[in-house]
Amino acid sequence: MTDRRTTIKWMLAASASVPLLQQRGFAALAATSPKLSAQGYGSDPDLTKNYCPGDLWPLRFTRAQRRTAGVLCDVIIPADSMSPSASAVGVVDFIAEWVSAPYPLQQHDRRVILAGLAWLNAESGHRFAKEFAVLSADQQRAICDDICSEKEAQPRFRRAAQFFAIYRNLTAGGFYSTPAGRKDLQYIGNVALATFEGPPNELLQKLGLGHEHV
Amino acid sequence: MAFVTPATLNNLYDVIVVGSGAAGGQTAYTLTMEGAKVLMLEAGRRYDPATETPMFQTPDQAPLAGASTPGKPFGFYDATVDGGWELPGEPYVQTAEDHAGRFDWWRPRMLGGRTNHWGRISLRNGPYDFKAYSRDGLGFDWPLSYEDVAPYYDKVELLVGVYGNNAGLENTPDSPPDCLLPPPKPLVSDLLIAQRARRLGIPVIAGHRAVLTRPLDFKSSPARLHPGNASAQRIIAADMRRRAACIWATPCGRGCAIRANYQSTTVHLPPALTTGNLDIVTDAMVHEVTLDRTGRADGVTFIDKRTGKQCRAAARVVVLAAGSCESVRILLNSKTARHPAGLANSSGKVGRYLMDTVGSGVQGQIPLLENLPPLNEDGASEGHTYTPWWLYQQQRAGKLDFPRGYHIEFGCGRRMPGLGTAAALEWLTGGSYGKKFKEDARRYYGTFISFDGRGEMIPNQNSYCEIDPRVKDKWGIPVLRFHWKWSQHETRQAAHMQKTFRAIIAEMGGRVNGEDLPSGADAIQTGGSMIHEVGGALMGAEEKTSVTNQWGQSWDVKNLFLTDGAIFPSNADKNPTLTIMALAWRAADHILDLLRRKDL
Repeated sequence: MTDRRTTIKWMLAASASVPLLQQRGFAALAATSPKLSAQGYGSDPDLTKNYCPGDLWPLRFTRAQRRTAGVLCDVIIPADSMSPSASAVGVVDFIAEWVSAPYPLQQHDRRVILAGLAWLNAESGHRFAKEFAVLSADQQRAICDDICSEKEAQPRFRRAAQFFAIYRNLTAGGFYSTPAGRKDLQYIGNVALATFEGPPNELLQKLGLGHEHV
Repeated sequence: MAFVTPATLNNLYDVIVVGSGAAGGQTAYTLTMEGAKVLMLEAGRRYDPATETPMFQTPDQAPLAGASTPGKPFGFYDATVDGGWELPGEPYVQTAEDHAGRFDWWRPRMLGGRTNHWGRISLRNGPYDFKAYSRDGLGFDWPLSYEDVAPYYDKVELLVGVYGNNAGLENTPDSPPDCLLPPPKPLVSDLLIAQRARRLGIPVIAGHRAVLTRPLDFKSSPARLHPGNASAQRIIAADMRRRAACIWATPCGRGCAIRANYQSTTVHLPPALTTGNLDIVTDAMVHEVTLDRTGRADGVTFIDKRTGKQCRAAARVVVLAAGSCESVRILLNSKTARHPAGLANSSGKVGRYLMDTVGSGVQGQIPLLENLPPLNEDGASEGHTYTPWWLYQQQRAGKLDFPRGYHIEFGCGRRMPGLGTAAALEWLTGGSYGKKFKEDARRYYGTFISFDGRGEMIPNQNSYCEIDPRVKDKWGIPVLRFHWKWSQHETRQAAHMQKTFRAIIAEMGGRVNGEDLPSGADAIQTGGSMIHEVGGALMGAEEKTSVTNQWGQSWDVKNLFLTDGAIFPSNADKNPTLTIMALAWRAADHILDLLRRKDL
């Protein structure tokens, strides 16, 4: 039962963060977000179909929100020698799908994320007189360093840090759900095998587990 | 005979079985293989694992990367459709909203019920588990012993296919030779847990799960299952050949299109339908058991959910196997002048002694598992190993402050990456992002182990359900109201789990996710969340203090039986499904015997 319950655990943890709505600045923005009227997929969707963001409910990012969201995705997961960046594998669409979904957790995250993206641009303007998307990498890092840890963030950045934590979870979740993300982590399962041989003996020897058995 | 509608029902069946999960599936299987004409009523829709199971789908193909939503509480790809703790139009009432006093009721409204998505963990109750009261003075004894049930455990294991081995441990029964399929090879994490847990005196043995690690023995098992019944042997032999062995991919919780694990819909119902003795009506929400003038059950009324109309079905015997609380609800709603407190309730015990499993878990990160070469660790999707309860001696010697045991399930391995894989890593990374985050994600992937305790809850006076006097569901059927309270027996056990799991993680050189040791009351998971609810119509030796006898036959109405978890007088740490099936087979044998003797 463990696997099935793990997903729920972190989803609940994510939604249990302090209600950002009540905070000044965040609250004003949340109040202006249009209420989403789309329907969810219910309790009996076709499980074998291939779904793309936008198939089930319209994606509700403005062009400006999308631009900031995409840049932030790639600040969190940039391209490196192992795999492409988050935005290159469609993570912005995934996040747009997420914040447009007609469910309580996602609606909560929508408020946090739209407020957080707005805060990013306001902070960028305040510090560097530009929006976040066109800052230099160093300037982006200067802001993100202040909000990348909920534990370490100064009190005035605490809400922004909560936003960043949720956004990083979603960016990572979107990225590692893709074939590129699976390859990056060297996941080699999800293929039919005739037999399951278990770990190779040499590896077990190396780990001092060569004589263990159950 | 096959899938029928309320308009095409026979006038009279031998047996009506309400529910199609582990209990209903096994009851109908046993009855139809022996020639009884059975009508099965299922509240949910027809469901076909062969065409509906998302076998190799990846999270990027699902809405929201497969996240759980109100309509799919265990995630998009979970096999459950139309099920959950909250169902539109089907409310229930909580008498408390807080963690300590609430009971969340899981209801799977689909053919096969929760067997489509369950964990497949298949543990036998041991001899102690049937005589709990005699051992420590708490709870109740069962009106039968391990020896009475053992032959049925054997049969169920042979029929559904359970992997495991015989470890010869106390109150952890061995199976006879050839009953079990070979267990899958342990993962690296399993062996590391085994090595370190043993240093603490904690055993680790092969898991027992209903997954075919090789094809079933279609040559010799049929004769052991159905001695003297050539037709049944032929049918089950043919059906066993149609079940494939595990292909070591795609999570069991999605269901299995190739029938390599146990679901009622892939194991019990196909051969039962082949007999020609089974009719199934789906979308049939049973409301009441009806009685004839002599006080015998003569059928049930149900709502045809497709039309909203009330319908009727008639039979010589009625079996409730709707899931513990749903069966209780039907009994309590079957009120008449002669049975003002509900049917089969002269003892006043219907709804009483509701139990779930004590659940509490700890997750650790294990540096020894970092930087391993890529391995395919999909395996049988979970549960290659586990820890059975091991401190019987200490309990006997009075060294523990709680009386009953728990087993430990491990969650580990390089699972298919998804939404949760690199989420909430801040406690390890300090908040990395950018290239460092990607390195961290690689470093920590596959290095987490969760330890989940599953322990025995002792039945108590404060945990029960009854009919709410006001609230009705969308069909006008009165709903249940739950009362719930854990006792110190459970919260102290949860506290012990927390300490033990932290000790194992420390022995593995790992780090615990979550710094502070919670109290047992905080650590225990909400009532109902383990989805192991049993009790509510306990079997017993005397009709004054119990609802049914040892065959699930109600004391008050001789041709009314229950074969689901409602009849459990105790809820051992062992997951209930295997015992539900063994008892359902035994009850069905008894029903057949009584029918042959014209005693029903």
